[in-house]
Amino acid sequence: MPEPLALKDHSGESQIFFERAVAGFALLVLLTLFLVARLFYLQIVRHDVYSTLSDKNRIQVQSLAPTRGLIYDRNGELLADNIPSYSLTITVERVKDLDKTLEKIKSLIGLSADDIEAFKRRLKRRQRPFESVPILFKLTQAEIAKIGVNEYALPGVQVEASLVRHYPKGKLMAHAVGSVRRINEEDARKLDPVAYSGIDDIGKIGVEKYYETALLGKVGYERVETDARGKIMQVLDSTKPIPGKNLVLTVDTSLQQVASDALGDRRGAVVALNPRTGGILALVSKPSYDPNLFVTGIDYKTYSSLRDSPNTPLFNRAIQGQYEPGSTIKPFMGIAGLASGVINPEYTIHDPGYFKLPGSDRLYRDWSWAPGGYGGQGDVDLEKAIYRSVNVYFYNLAVKLGIDRIHDYLKEFGFGQDTVLDLPEARAGLLPSKAWKRKARGEPWYPGDTVNVGIGQGNILVTPLQLATAVAMIANRGKAIAPHMLKTGSELLEDSSVTRLKDVDRVPGWIWDLITKAMMEVVHRGNMGYGENGTAWAYIGRDIPYHMAGKSGTAQVVGIAQGEEYNGADLDERNRKHAWFVAFAPVEKPVIAVAVLVENGGGGSEYAAPVARKVIDHYLLDEDLDVAAVKR
Amino acid sequence: MSRDFVRRLPGTGYSYSGRRTLSEVLHLDFPMIFLTLIICGYGLVILYSAVDKNVAMVVSQSIKIGISFSALIVMAQISPIVYLRLAPWLYLISLALLVVVLLMGYQVNGSKRWIRIPGVFNFQPSEVMKLVLPMILAWYFHDRHLPPKPKHLFWAAVMIALPVLLIARQPDLGTALLIGASGLLVLLLAGLPWSYVFTAIGLGLVSAPALWLVMRDYQQQRILTLLDPERDPLGAGWNIIQSKTAIGSGGLFGKGLFLGTQSHLDFLPESQTDFIIAVMAEELGFIGVIGLLILYLLLIGRGVMISVQAQDTFGRLLGGTISFTFFVYVFVNIGMVSGILPVVGVPLPLVSYGGTSMLTLFAGFGMLMSIHTHRRITL
Repeated sequence: MPEPLALKDHSGESQIFFERAVAGFALLVLLTLFLVARLFYLQIVRHDVYSTLSDKNRIQVQSLAPTRGLIYDRNGELLADNIPSYSLTITVERVKDLDKTLEKIKSLIGLSADDIEAFKRRLKRRQRPFESVPILFKLTQAEIAKIGVNEYALPGVQVEASLVRHYPKGKLMAHAVGSVRRINEEDARKLDPVAYSGIDDIGKIGVEKYYETALLGKVGYERVETDARGKIMQVLDSTKPIPGKNLVLTVDTSLQQVASDALGDRRGAVVALNPRTGGILALVSKPSYDPNLFVTGIDYKTYSSLRDSPNTPLFNRAIQGQYEPGSTIKPFMGIAGLASGVINPEYTIHDPGYFKLPGSDRLYRDWSWAPGGYGGQGDVDLEKAIYRSVNVYFYNLAVKLGIDRIHDYLKEFGFGQDTVLDLPEARAGLLPSKAWKRKARGEPWYPGDTVNVGIGQGNILVTPLQLATAVAMIANRGKAIAPHMLKTGSELLEDSSVTRLKDVDRVPGWIWDLITKAMMEVVHRGNMGYGENGTAWAYIGRDIPYHMAGKSGTAQVVGIAQGEEYNGADLDERNRKHAWFVAFAPVEKPVIAVAVLVENGGGGSEYAAPVARKVIDHYLLDEDLDVAAVKR
Repeated sequence: MSRDFVRRLPGTGYSYSGRRTLSEVLHLDFPMIFLTLIICGYGLVILYSAVDKNVAMVVSQSIKIGISFSALIVMAQISPIVYLRLAPWLYLISLALLVVVLLMGYQVNGSKRWIRIPGVFNFQPSEVMKLVLPMILAWYFHDRHLPPKPKHLFWAAVMIALPVLLIARQPDLGTALLIGASGLLVLLLAGLPWSYVFTAIGLGLVSAPALWLVMRDYQQQRILTLLDPERDPLGAGWNIIQSKTAIGSGGLFGKGLFLGTQSHLDFLPESQTDFIIAVMAEELGFIGVIGLLILYLLLIGRGVMISVQAQDTFGRLLGGTISFTFFVYVFVNIGMVSGILPVVGVPLPLVSYGGTSMLTLFAGFGMLMSIHTHRRITL
C-alpha cells in the first residue's frame, strides 16, 4: 500500500459521489428529454408523414391492367390483338443465391449478359420487397417446360403470364397501324403514373400512338392490405378496369396486300384513300418491319440492323417521306392558271423542247428535249400539256403565275401542311413562297426558282399521302377532305390539331371538267401515235375496263448538267429518278384516289402507274361496284 | 466536516434503534421491486402484441422474469462484503471465460459470443462482465483515496480495456462499448476530474476521422445508414425506416393496443426484441412511451438514491454504476430505434424478449438491494 497510514476521508468521498450522482442524474434527465424531443418530432411533428408511409407499406394499390383495345380493318380483320405471353420473373427475397440461380437459368434456357444487366436495372427500380422482377420475356413452351421441371432447384423463380400486343399481319400493316413499345425509363418519367400503373406498353407510333388514350382503357384498382412479404391479408376495395376501345380502321387489308405486292421488292409507298370520306384505304411503305419485334423489347443488334439499314425499313415513306412531286404537280398548276385567269383553255404555246427565261441563256428542258433542237412537242394547250406532261408549258405557266400565287392555290390542296388527322408522324412537306425563302434561306426568290416549281422540282416537297389527298380533292371537284385512319367513332377525330382544309370554292366546274378530262387522257388517250398518246396509256391504258384519271411524275434525284441527257441505265440505282403516279377512278363517280411512289424507280408512267392500276383494279373489282356501268 | 456529518446522518435513514425494518429483514427494496415489476408487466403486454398474441412466448418470458426475480432475491441476500471479496476472483474468471470464448466459442452470425455445452446451457461471458467490471473497479477504488490519482486511473483503465478488447474481438462492438461505458461510469462517479473528462471528449472528437478509418466496412455502413437510411431502403436502411415509420405513425395516442400495422404485418423487424419500443410507440403512441420513460426514470432514481445512501465507496460506486448503466441501455436502445444512433444490438431493458439481459439486470438490482439492506458501520 503506498499510503498505509492515510485514513480515508469517508465523508469527503461520499460528498464527491453525491455531487457526481447529482450531475449524472441531471445529465440523464437531459438525455431523456432529448429522447422525448426525438419522439415528439417523429410522433407529433412528422406524424402525418409517417402515417402515410405506414399506410403505403400496408395498403397496396394493385392495378388491374385493362386489356388494350383491338384494332380491326374495315372488313373486321384483326390488325392488333392481345395474346398471352409468358415471362420469367424472380422474387429475389425467395432466392438463396442470385448468381447461382442466374447461372442455372442460363444453363437451362440461355440468358445473355444484356438480359442480366436489364434485369439488374429493373431490380433497382423495385418499389418494395417481395416484388417479382421479370428477367426473360416471350418464353416458348419448351422453355416453360424446362423451368417447370427444374422448379425445385429454382426457388423464387416463376413463370408469369400476361397479355401482350400482337400484330397478326406483321410487316404488312406495320406502317399503317404503328406499334406499341415497352415503356422505358424516359417514358415513365413523362407518363401519368396513375393511368399507367400496371401497364407495360405504350403506343409509340401511328394509330397505336394517336389513339393511345382510347386504346389504353382505364386501369382498375384493388386496394389490398399486405404483410411485409407481399402476402395479401385482405382486399379493402376494388374498381374494375375498363377495357380499351376497339378501333375499326378505314384500311382494307386485301388492298394493302395488293399494293404491297405491286411494289414488290422496290422501295416506295402507296397511299389509297376514299375521296368522299378521306378514309385511308391503304398505306404502304416499303421496306417494312415486323412490329411484333418491338412489343416486349427488341434486342440491340436487331434494332440497330433495322435502324442502320440503308433501306430504312423503320421510315414510313407514305407519310414521312418528302419528295419532289415532279409532274404530278401539273394538274394543280393548271387549276391555278385557269382559276386565276392567267391562261384559258385555248392558250397555246410552242414547245421547242426547252424553256428560257427572258434575258437568260439557261435552258429549262422538257423531257422530250434532244440535243441539236430536235426535241419539243409542237403546239401545246393545257389539255395536251397535262396528258403529254409538257414541261415547257408549265415553265411558262409558272412564270406567268408567280410563286406566291402558286403557293396560294397549292396550299388549298393541302400542300405544305399536315392535314392527316390521326397519323402523328405525318410530315408537312414544303410549299415554297417568297416569304419562306427569305426566312429559311435568307435569299430572295429568283424567277428560275419559279420555273422549276412549275414542274414540281426544286424547293417543293410532298409526301405520298399529301399527293393522294390533293388528287382526291380533284376527284371531289374541290370538296375538301381530312385524311384519316379511323372508320368509326368520329368523336375521337374531333380533337386532332392538324390543319383542316377548306373546300376549294373559287374554282368553277368547267375547270374541274377540263383537268379531269386531261388526266383521263393521260391514261386513256392512245393509238394516236407518238406525240399524241397519254403518257401512261402504253403502260396501263390499253385494256383498262373503267375510266381512270391519272398523272405520272418523275422526280429528279441528281441534277443533270446543262446539255447532258438523262440516262437511267448509266446512273447508280440510288441516283435514279423517283417514279410517281397519282390517279382516281372511276372518273364518273370516284371512289378511290391513289398516290404511288417508287423510289429510284425511273419513269413514273412506266414504273409507278402499273402499281396504281393494280390497286385500283383490285378495289373496283372487289367493291361491289357496277363495273359494267363504268366500262367504256 | 461536522456540518457534513450532521447533514448526512438523517439522510442515510440509518437507524440506531436496533429494530430492523421488513425491508432490511428480507433484504429487498420494495419501491424498486414495485417499479421493476410494473415495467416488466407493461413489457409483457407489449410483447403479447408484438408476438401476435402468442401466449406461449409470453409465458416463456414470464418464466424468464420469474427466474431472474429469484436471482434478484438470492443476490440481495448476499452481503456486499462478499461481493467485495469475490470481485477480483470473479473478474479473473470472467476474463478467462472471455478468452475461452475466443478460442472455442460457439459462433452465431460470424461472431463468437457463446460458450455452449449442448443440452445443458448456453452462456455469454460478456453478459457477466457487465456486472463484474463495475465490481472490480468499485473494489479497486474502495480503499483508495478519491478522487483517483493518475496512477490508479491507469490501472483502472487497464482493467476496463482488457474485457473491452476481448469482447470487441468476438466481434461484438456494441457490447464492448456498453461495457466500456459502464467502466467509465465508475471512474466518473469516483470523481475523475472534469478536466480529464473534457479532454477525453475533445480528443474523441478530434480522432473521430481516424476512428472512421479503422472501422470495419459493416460498421461504416451502419453509420452511413443512420445518416441516410434511404440509400438502401430495402436493405440496410429497411429496419430504421420501418421503425421510424412505426413510431411516427403512432402519433400522440397510438393506433391502439394490438392494432399496430407495422408490427403485425411484419414490416417492423425484431419487433419482440431490440425494436419492441417501436411496437409500443405505434400502438400506444407518444403517451405510452413517455409513461415507460417516467417508470424508467423513477427506477433509476431509486437506484441512484440507494447508491447515494450507501455507506461505503464500494457500495456507492457499484450501485451508482448499475443504475446509470441501466440508463445507458435505455438511451442506446431508444436512440437506435428512433434513428439517432446507429443500429447496435441492445435490447430495451426489462421489456425486450429474452432471458439473458433480463437476468443480468435483475442480478444488478439484487446487488443494489444488497447494498441498501445490509448495513454496517464502516467508520
